[in-house]
Amino acid sequence: MAEMKEGYLVTEDLVKRFDEAVAVDEVNLSIRQGEIFALLGSSGCGKSTLLRMLAGFEKPSSGRILLGGQDVAALPPYERPINMMFQNYALFPHLDIWENVAFGLKREGCPKDEIKRRVGEMLELVQLAPYARRKPHQLSGGQQQRVALARSLAKRPQLLLLDEPLGALDKKLREQTQFELVNIIESVGVTCVMVTHDQEEAMTMANRIAIMSKGRVLQVGSPKEVYEFPSNRFVADFIGNVNLFDGQLSLDEVDRCAVTTALGEMQVGHGISGALGMPVTLAVRPEKISIAKQCPAGVDRNLFRGRVKEIAYFGSFNTFIVVTPDGSKVKITEPNGSRHDLLDLTWEDEVFFWWDDTDGVALRD
Amino acid sequence: MNRFFRLLGREFVICLPFTWLAVFFLLPFLILAYISFVEMGNDIHPFKPLWDSASGVLNLKYENYSSIFRAEDGALFDTIYLEAYGRSLKYAFATGLLCLTFGYPFAYFLARADAHLRPALLMMVMLPFWTSFLLRVYAWKGILADQGLLNQLLLALGLIAEPVQMLYTDVSMLVGMTYVYLPFMVLPLYANLVKLDYGLLEAAYDLGATPWKAFWLVTVPLSRAGIIAGFMLVFIPALGEFVIPSLLGGPENLMIGRVVWDEMFTANNWPRASALAVVMIAAIVVPLALYYRRHGQQADGRH
Repeated sequence: MAEMKEGYLVTEDLVKRFDEAVAVDEVNLSIRQGEIFALLGSSGCGKSTLLRMLAGFEKPSSGRILLGGQDVAALPPYERPINMMFQNYALFPHLDIWENVAFGLKREGCPKDEIKRRVGEMLELVQLAPYARRKPHQLSGGQQQRVALARSLAKRPQLLLLDEPLGALDKKLREQTQFELVNIIESVGVTCVMVTHDQEEAMTMANRIAIMSKGRVLQVGSPKEVYEFPSNRFVADFIGNVNLFDGQLSLDEVDRCAVTTALGEMQVGHGISGALGMPVTLAVRPEKISIAKQCPAGVDRNLFRGRVKEIAYFGSFNTFIVVTPDGSKVKITEPNGSRHDLLDLTWEDEVFFWWDDTDGVALRD
Repeated sequence: MNRFFRLLGREFVICLPFTWLAVFFLLPFLILAYISFVEMGNDIHPFKPLWDSASGVLNLKYENYSSIFRAEDGALFDTIYLEAYGRSLKYAFATGLLCLTFGYPFAYFLARADAHLRPALLMMVMLPFWTSFLLRVYAWKGILADQGLLNQLLLALGLIAEPVQMLYTDVSMLVGMTYVYLPFMVLPLYANLVKLDYGLLEAAYDLGATPWKAFWLVTVPLSRAGIIAGFMLVFIPALGEFVIPSLLGGPENLMIGRVVWDEMFTANNWPRASALAVVMIAAIVVPLALYYRRHGQQADGRH
């Protein structure tokens, strides 16, 4: 993935209004050639509308869509070098698998031999060659999904769109399919934009993620970046679990700052170049927080006390809900079996919890 | 006891329509079939009994059927009956095609209309049923007559110099039949098209099909069941149609319904009229049964 070309697919101030409601609000994205890019957000955030504008099913109210430098925003879907894998696959029920995959090739007037070869290739790629003459309803959900993928790749699109690619599969099948799908897409080398509401899906499949809310893109970054360094409160809260502490900025330097919260002063390992006294939210992931009955030796910062309110065993990890003296709840997770002294912890125990300066992220709202 | 009544209730519900069909369709058909095999009678008893109890002779007559296919001069397959059958088939088929041509776009836009507009639009399709069928057919006489509305309009526009004969021709008959049977085409087509997944059309566009191509390659094949149902609903009653050809058709548009009527009430030949009706029923039911057997087996293969 080293030679990804920047700015292969670019949206410039893309806006979509439905009557008075703004579904997509000035979205500027730059997607690299060959990458898998995920649009992540809850339902109604505008991600599907954005995808439909890329496919050509919705006309942008304003803004441009550049694919390889060419503005495609005005082109109808049947003239765009873009293919989509639909959420419920939208396989043609009256055509068999072979005809479904061949549909796009026939439309572009491909010679017969070429169609035969390409369809064969595609069915090989998704391991469905023996099913060529079956009808879609005779296949399982996972097989249908692979047919949909083969159909959308058959024309060798310059851009592949995936609309909730795993949404229609059950959980077990989803995990397995996730990797299969990525392998196929990467082996073909096609640039891919996917839409999902499932952050796990986005994190495992995508090279980069755009988190959307209310029609706007809030942050774009690799899965690690958006998880470790959320740029705002919504993203921190949306991706994974997080403890949010509201407070005021009480110290701000180049490489560190401090936030005064109801619990006390919290030290942060980065600066945010703001004004002292401004409202700031400190985000700390539950798995970054340590917990113990005894006061830990040598820890003098970000150390607080509380009482264990709830314990939940999730098998591979445990979750503790600790109530602090000011009444707020802090969520702490520990991998199971990492420390034996945690086994002694029980309800209503007085505990200490702490984290490193670099584990917290200070956020302007 | 409860279970008993529940079972009884279920059987009752299932039996009711079958009883209805048996009493009002199967029984009359059997009577018809019976009459078609006996000898013609007189004015008081239009047909003779099959079993003459006085002489003890079985009076089975095949002539009613053979006379349909063989003319009196001995020429095979050259009778006014076969001609009338052929004409009926032709007009019924043409009516079916015309209804499909006008009904399909109609049903298509009905199904694509806003969900809250659809009930009102559907109501408008059914509105003509509120007026007497006879009145509506008569109204066409007023429109198509030599001094009718249409001719007057065309004259006023200067498109024609003198009135064109439209009434009592193929045109007037087909206009009337298409008009009357159009709702029977629109309703099953609508029921089918309204279920069509719009996502499939988007998939077709996405794969490079223009809207026109997508219509022919996706919408039409997927609405096949609706097309067939609508066509049957129009074709079958149109085949035996009696009133519209009588009112709007000319003497050369003699259809089988009229021929049966004439045999029955003019010639008083009930057995031949019955034979004509039985042949027509067989000609419709046998191919239909074969079709549904094939189609039904396909349907079973699904899901």
